[in-house]
Amino acid sequence: MIRTLLLSAAALVALPAAAQDIAIINAKLVIGDGSAPIEGGTVIVRGGKVVAAGRGVAVPSSIESIDAQGHYVTPGIVAAFSRVGLVEVDAVAGSNDRSAARSRFSAGLDIAPALNPMGSPVAVNRAAGVTRAIVAPGASSNLFAGQGAVVDLADDMDMVTKPRALQFVAFGEAGAAKAGGSRAATFLLFREQLLAARSYARNPATLAEWGNDAMIQRADAEALVRVINGTTPLFVRVDRAADILNVLKLKGELPALKLVLVGATEGWLVAREIAAAKVPVIVSPLSDLPDSFERLGATQSNAGRLEAAGIDVSVGVFDDDDAHKMGYTTQYAGNLVGLSKLPGASGLSWDQAFAAITSAPARAVGMEGSIGSLKPGRAGDVVIWDHDPLELGSRPTAIWIDGKSQSLVTRQDRLRDRYRTPEEGALPKAYDR
Amino acid sequence: MIRGMKSGLLAAVSLAFAGCAATGGEPKAASDKPATTASADQPARFSKDPYPSTYKGYPSRLTVVKNVTIFDGEGGRIDNGTIILSSGKILSIGGADVAVPTDADVYDGTGKYLTPGVIDIHSHLGVYPSPSVEGLSDGNEATSPVTPEVWAEHSVWPQDPGFTRALANGGVTTLEILPGSANLMGGRSVVLKNVPARTVQGMKFPGAPYGLKMACGENPKRVYGAKGRMPSTRMGNMAVDRQTWAKAVAYKKKLDEGKAVDRDLAMETLAGVLAGEIRVQNHCYRADEMAQVIDMSHEFGYKIAAFHHAVEAYKIADLLKKEDICVAMWADWWGFKMEAYDSVPENIALVYKAGACTIVHSDDANQIQRLNQEAAKALAAGRRMGMEISDEQAWTWLGINPAKAIGLADKIGSLKPGKMADVVLWNGNPFSVYTRPEKVWIDGALMFDANDPKRRPVTDFELGQPGEGDVK
Repeated sequence: MIRTLLLSAAALVALPAAAQDIAIINAKLVIGDGSAPIEGGTVIVRGGKVVAAGRGVAVPSSIESIDAQGHYVTPGIVAAFSRVGLVEVDAVAGSNDRSAARSRFSAGLDIAPALNPMGSPVAVNRAAGVTRAIVAPGASSNLFAGQGAVVDLADDMDMVTKPRALQFVAFGEAGAAKAGGSRAATFLLFREQLLAARSYARNPATLAEWGNDAMIQRADAEALVRVINGTTPLFVRVDRAADILNVLKLKGELPALKLVLVGATEGWLVAREIAAAKVPVIVSPLSDLPDSFERLGATQSNAGRLEAAGIDVSVGVFDDDDAHKMGYTTQYAGNLVGLSKLPGASGLSWDQAFAAITSAPARAVGMEGSIGSLKPGRAGDVVIWDHDPLELGSRPTAIWIDGKSQSLVTRQDRLRDRYRTPEEGALPKAYDR
Repeated sequence: MIRGMKSGLLAAVSLAFAGCAATGGEPKAASDKPATTASADQPARFSKDPYPSTYKGYPSRLTVVKNVTIFDGEGGRIDNGTIILSSGKILSIGGADVAVPTDADVYDGTGKYLTPGVIDIHSHLGVYPSPSVEGLSDGNEATSPVTPEVWAEHSVWPQDPGFTRALANGGVTTLEILPGSANLMGGRSVVLKNVPARTVQGMKFPGAPYGLKMACGENPKRVYGAKGRMPSTRMGNMAVDRQTWAKAVAYKKKLDEGKAVDRDLAMETLAGVLAGEIRVQNHCYRADEMAQVIDMSHEFGYKIAAFHHAVEAYKIADLLKKEDICVAMWADWWGFKMEAYDSVPENIALVYKAGACTIVHSDDANQIQRLNQEAAKALAAGRRMGMEISDEQAWTWLGINPAKAIGLADKIGSLKPGKMADVVLWNGNPFSVYTRPEKVWIDGALMFDANDPKRRPVTDFELGQPGEGDVK
């Protein structure tokens, strides 16, 4: 008897093992590329990848067929800029790997080994429909924060989809504080470190020659070389319009640089220049307060105006609780749809808004070919929702990541169920499982 | 369940009236002689309202909204409803049969919703304004763990652009501004009408009772522990609180006996709490800790008006109901510190189900703009676990319940004839993500109109800045 119990416990832990081949039929199907939902759609996932999606797709008799009964079926949400997996409780230092502010390394830091796939924020955000996330490190001791990753939120131990998927750097007020107190110092420090990295790439011995005067460590230099040659996209946190223009100029000096603007609160003021530079933007869309002197032009119309200017816009959840509240992504996108009805404001259409939380962030990090939409060849990240996924309170009723069915149960659900009635029964609550 | 809640509410309202009548706005210990003749051996007659409100409602027009879906803020709903606002008050409210005066401004509310103005019981707008820079950071007098002598209204910057965003995007018409939570006793709150003014007095809600902000838990012990002084533990928190209450009880006894006392601003606030004139607004997350604080209130004889944040309220919802303590909560904040670890999205709905006075609050300059959406998320979570809660019942979380907790249920929080005409017309169901306020009246005056750029306030700070006058 005990043996059976143990076995079933083990079986529970290992449950979502293999990818299933599935067909979801009768869906209100959202591809995630900005196109309109398809009534009566079908999506087929085989070997963990989408093989077909649309109307009139034939379902092979060999695979399991799930009737969505007309509900929304979408790609999983891609959190465009987050810290999920790096933090369990922010104020508990031991459980918080967001930043490495006292490390002697900076650009070389790689968050992959810091990620905790068993952390409760992974499950909570998954249950809200988030299947992938772009995770960036917080500040290091230097200007560059380090290398982020693209992760999945599946219920397994392998969280990393793509390690070293981005380098993160903050300009503006945060960058100035890191560099010594002014924006002038930020740009000088930025250039000097990249030049040092380039010298190192040409001749690794130069690093030894610099000795204690070296601006960067070897690992940092290697990471920055990948930024210079465009292998690693450079995610730049920047808000003020003038700062954005200065960041865009960096492409003139370093033509291979793959820039992504994060924040860009005043981006709408220089939308023409951002569009001309073909640089994607990840916005925190509901930031509308002049809460610093670099965000005086903050408006919820930023996303809509950038989109209208032809810029590739993603909607992120940051300047907020970026480790726990990825679930706000759909709410934020829905707000932009609501905004489009307001006189004088600029929002997004529903279709644009959904693309801004799926395919657009995938594109920003150079992974549009593998995640973020239900086009053939993409990861089998599929969500069935109980109603309009951008609407408040809408929840997934089923989730697959890489074609594997996922648990929707969280620690919060367990607490809720224990205290469905607060009174204690014949035994204390601790016996109630 | 609802019936029980409503009767509890009525009791609380009559208690509030009784409190006003008994004190008559004057201290119990006051001598009959005016302050000018007070001598050293006689208690001075201190003003309890030395910074009086100068707020007056702006000019209002006879206004009618008809064909509109109404949530009345007390759990009632009227489909195809009509409301008439006159001279700053709600004149009448009802169905399609309400007679419409001929000389009124009439708005067709077809497809729209009408609610009482949103009340945020927990805001730091003005004391932590935008821009968030050191020079404007005035929310925590973090130099001593007990500072009941400080008053939030002496910190509020009326030019905070956050006020205008809360109005335009959130339909917020009344806010309680609290000092921060660094201190066990952080000081007095101030209740504001969300109408821009040159002075704080120009925003002060006329006749609103004062509140005392208290905090339990991690913040006070962290702030003072880091300074190497007491409290650095939860037991330290309680010890400092209890010692201070003991002193306040002694101070009040002297006042009650008509004895001379040196003026002590801290003790005046605490004596006001003990006299039932000042309402305790208590930041507290954990269930076990709320129970300790409840016992402390019994030990010293004061009443807790509301627990704020109350992430674990669902674990003791029965106790909170029994104690008649209101509970102000977020929909889903969690994980930022240990005492926020056991958050569940069903917290608000579970507290409501237990019959306690349930409130959605913001504590946030951005989320105050979407309290309707926070309530919607909480409502959806409750429904998912099988609770039957109607939209109109859920609006009590933003309507009559916060009004009750700040002691203003007789004036605001619901759409009843004679109450202040603080009203929001929403361009759809306010529990939808796609909905925004279309018009907001405060005391019957149209203070925001999404269709009229001239009914959109721009603070001094924003004049001449990028984006001035933008929709935001």
